[in-house]
Amino acid sequence: MSEGLRGVIVAHAEVAAALVAAVAAITGDDAGLAPVSNAGCGREALRERLDAAVGAGPALVFTDLAGGSCTAAAAALARSRADVRVVAGVSLPMLLEFAFHRDETPEAAAARAVGAGHAAVREVGR
Amino acid sequence: MSVVLYRIDDRLIHGQVVVGWGQAAGATFIVLVDDEVRESAWEQELYRMGVPAEMDVVFASVPEAVAAAAAWERDPRKGIVLTGDIGTMAALCSGVPSVRRVNVGGIHFRAGRVERLRYVYLSADEAAALRALAGSGVEVTAQDVPTVTPVPLSQFA
Repeated sequence: MSEGLRGVIVAHAEVAAALVAAVAAITGDDAGLAPVSNAGCGREALRERLDAAVGAGPALVFTDLAGGSCTAAAAALARSRADVRVVAGVSLPMLLEFAFHRDETPEAAAARAVGAGHAAVREVGR
Repeated sequence: MSVVLYRIDDRLIHGQVVVGWGQAAGATFIVLVDDEVRESAWEQELYRMGVPAEMDVVFASVPEAVAAAAAWERDPRKGIVLTGDIGTMAALCSGVPSVRRVNVGGIHFRAGRVERLRYVYLSADEAAALRALAGSGVEVTAQDVPTVTPVPLSQFA
């Protein structure tokens, strides 16, 4: 796996932690992904959790729903940080793609994640 | 059918409101009364993103909401009116006496607030503001999702 770019997943309930666990189960490593839950958080508290998880360096933030508190907090952060990008609609395939391309810029990683997410959705078995 | 829910929720428009309440109530419009979001095009775009295309979203300041409330009440569709804090809802109720019920759906932890329910944290002033709202004739209950029983104000403020 590649190293470098920080990934943060912010999602409802325990979704983020479960996704990090799934990435670790598949790759053997958490791939620099940090989970953030919105449980019990208003906008300010969630923003604080997210700030702490992202830290000072460049990062790609994954959120579960395109609308809602998780994406609102992430988008607000990204507006104040040129080195942070946000992708909504997180999925395991896009996280696995991220895990192996962490040497990219946040912008390139975001585009890659969107592509991986789109490509992974398909009807199967027919 | 008009406005079926007046709700205080500090996460504003999010899944619990759109999916949980919106689907259960058959709401087809949501009004967010928030002076800050009313002035922010990018925040409006963000909150619109979480709402299905068939659902209308209106962003209003408190004065705009007071002026438009009668029209929302006459609207043949069902709607939800949302504020992010108690003060905004109290101001709305003060200007719109037809509001008879207010749902406290989510006021989360912040310094100075004490936990009253899992999803309701209040300062002493905020608890007093809710009691004052009830004293003006508005029924105030807490309920985060429509599938649980509403909690009377006396049990959390």
